[in-house]
Amino acid sequence: MAWHVSVYVTLKPSVMDPQGATVQRALNQMGYTHVTGVRVGKFTELEFDGSLSEMDVKKQADEICDKLLANPNTESYRFTVEKK
Amino acid sequence: MSSSIMDVEVTPKVVKEHGLKPEEYDHIVKILGRKPNITELGLYSVMWSEHCGYKHSRALLKTLPTKGDKVLQGPGENAGIMDIGEGWAVAFKVESHNHPSAIEPYQGAATGVGGILRDIFTMGARPVANLNSLRFGPLTDPKVKRLFAGVVHGIADYGNCMGIPTVAGEVVFDDSYSENCLVNAMSVGLLKHDQIIRGKATGVGNAVIYIGATTGRDGIHGATFASTEITDESTEKRSAVQVADPFMEKLLMEATLELIHGDLLVGIQDMGAAGLTCSTCEMASRGGAGIEIDVAKVPQREKGMTPYEILLSESQERMLLVAKPGCEQKVHDVLAKWDLHAATIGVVTDTGRMIVKENGKLVADVPADSLTEAPVYHPAKSEPAILKEYKKFDEATVAVPKDLNEVLEKLMADPTIASKRWVYRQYDHMVRSNTLIRPGSDAAVIRVKGTQLGLAMTIDGLGSYCALDPYEGAKIVVAEAARNIACSGAQAIGMTDCLNFGNPEKPEVYYYFDRVIAGLGDACRAFGIPITGGNVSLYNENPTGAIDPTPIVGMMGLFQNVENRVTQWFKKEGDFIYLLGEIGQSIGGSRYLKVTHGKKTGLCPTLNLETELKLHKSLKALAESHLIQSAHDCSDGGFAVALAESCFTGVTHEAQVLGATVTLLGTGRVDARLFGEAQSRVIVSVKPSDAVKFEEIVKKNGVPVERIGVVGGAEMVIGSEVKLPVVKLADLFFTSIEKTMAL
Repeated sequence: MAWHVSVYVTLKPSVMDPQGATVQRALNQMGYTHVTGVRVGKFTELEFDGSLSEMDVKKQADEICDKLLANPNTESYRFTVEKK
Repeated sequence: MSSSIMDVEVTPKVVKEHGLKPEEYDHIVKILGRKPNITELGLYSVMWSEHCGYKHSRALLKTLPTKGDKVLQGPGENAGIMDIGEGWAVAFKVESHNHPSAIEPYQGAATGVGGILRDIFTMGARPVANLNSLRFGPLTDPKVKRLFAGVVHGIADYGNCMGIPTVAGEVVFDDSYSENCLVNAMSVGLLKHDQIIRGKATGVGNAVIYIGATTGRDGIHGATFASTEITDESTEKRSAVQVADPFMEKLLMEATLELIHGDLLVGIQDMGAAGLTCSTCEMASRGGAGIEIDVAKVPQREKGMTPYEILLSESQERMLLVAKPGCEQKVHDVLAKWDLHAATIGVVTDTGRMIVKENGKLVADVPADSLTEAPVYHPAKSEPAILKEYKKFDEATVAVPKDLNEVLEKLMADPTIASKRWVYRQYDHMVRSNTLIRPGSDAAVIRVKGTQLGLAMTIDGLGSYCALDPYEGAKIVVAEAARNIACSGAQAIGMTDCLNFGNPEKPEVYYYFDRVIAGLGDACRAFGIPITGGNVSLYNENPTGAIDPTPIVGMMGLFQNVENRVTQWFKKEGDFIYLLGEIGQSIGGSRYLKVTHGKKTGLCPTLNLETELKLHKSLKALAESHLIQSAHDCSDGGFAVALAESCFTGVTHEAQVLGATVTLLGTGRVDARLFGEAQSRVIVSVKPSDAVKFEEIVKKNGVPVERIGVVGGAEMVIGSEVKLPVVKLADLFFTSIEKTMAL
């Protein structure tokens, strides 16, 4: 048994996303004119061994996101925990 | 939030939250003849913040010398401009981005570079070089490493993406800057005299056009934020973070220069601190006109933004311009070509008022001048008691170390003294192919293509001296910057300054501010160097009090013929080594005293302005007659460190080394002679065949000079006191920061 954690890190809504804007411009130029917004984020998968409880996994994942994976100045994050 | 903010009632609590004092609020009521609404309160709040309004510093800044026959534009515009001959002019300015960098180092530093670049190209100049001055807490602190790495990365990415070389800078690590780093960015641009444009709005009916990135909610109240101390609470004020987009800025720069050089504009101003608010009211005020805009026409990135938010947003990479009559369509065509958002958002009026509407509905109506004329304060000042303590310091209580080789090794590896190669290797310092002297020498030198002209530039600061003696320290900062220029062979022509201090409402901080301004002014007058602009950053406080008073000086030097340039390192075995100036007598305020004995005290060195000026004149004359092979001034670490630094180039990865054998001049304590930081001293090397002519010129200029030794060998030998392999010194010097960062 192991835990699989999927972490999504995205820029906060009020933070400008030059990369997303560039992708959107490219898409519009390629003819995908119905695309009206693009935000680019990061996706990370974490594996935990099965000795932790679900609550502890969530607690640690939250810490990991706050301390390393996301920059709390500009990014927000969410994650899901699955048993594997 | 979007609909509610318009309904916020202006109560004393709201006024306080906007950083305005009750008497300032009363003054606003008097100006308007009524209570301001929340949007109007927001306008006054940002424009009357220290960052935009200079309310605690303006009275003293007025005492600085700003005039000179080469000055084409002095303070009060986006950047100062000076004549350099042959129809060319140079625009330059330094600005702080301390608080944003302390919160978010990468983006804070990057947007700092973006902001100063906009200041340059808004004047019509093409940026050709960047410099920066950085201050952090001790590098052993993991938090400092993160800040330092982030700031350097941010500066590198922005400059590199824009294709503008970062050619010089300085970095200091000191407890005083713990939790409050200083990030001062300087930019230099070139333009022809007839390309100068200013940030003014004139001509009733002329279109006011917004260009660049879209407006979002980022950085609202950044200017107000910059004018308060950083506390744990403010690290939570995270909406102040702005994200840099150098590729957008590159488009903005090219478009702006095309518009200016195509003679399509009346005036232009960048939107930096206080965003749309600052640019509209300042342009109207400078032009003696009024401006009317409709915020609904501003290109927006987010939905449901209120006029308050649109006016105060500090989204980056935006500009406001006023088109010449009949040119509005041409302006839009140029902007479309560069793929930039553009919108006509208003017109110039003759009412003297700044009128803001939202879909035709009036939301703010205030006199434009009243926003740009923040109240002027003359805060109380009192001499800090600690200054007397410093003067009482008795050097005799400090034992002279037995092993002076060991002392020198430690100094060479001290992060403040050590090579900043780790930093400048991340910067593209050669792009545009004009850089003739790269980072690592006393001053960087770039050429003005198509002419013989060259520009030497440097940025310097000496917070620790200013903490011990603000007046003398400030004089030395100017002298050292000018000396760096002189060592490169150029003539210092003008300067820009960034004044970083603590909270000016504390009388002891204001005392420092007052004395530093006096020192800067006296030194500039003595050297005939005008100050053409700059920036003030107050409220820089660490957890134990104010930072060291830190005036940062960006100095511009001019070569009539750039082939006269000189670098700091020895060139050839057998060349004679001379010391211009006197050997050190005191260890007060020195880096040696701090690094070896852990003390930051004593009398900082004093400076004789006349002696210094004579030295500069000799150096220039020597460079012009090609009589010196190298010149390097003695600063941090004194004579011994300066000699070591002359033994290797700061350029190549595998340092090229040349040893030296010299005698140690003087009598008295040996550590003072080796590591004391007496001023007005330069180590030069001279071809033996030029020695007679060299000595003649120096003596004619009245500068003390002594032949102390000869270049050559694999060791650096100073009398019987110091004897070390140069490769060892070079290794300590070049790899110290890299090794610390890798830990």
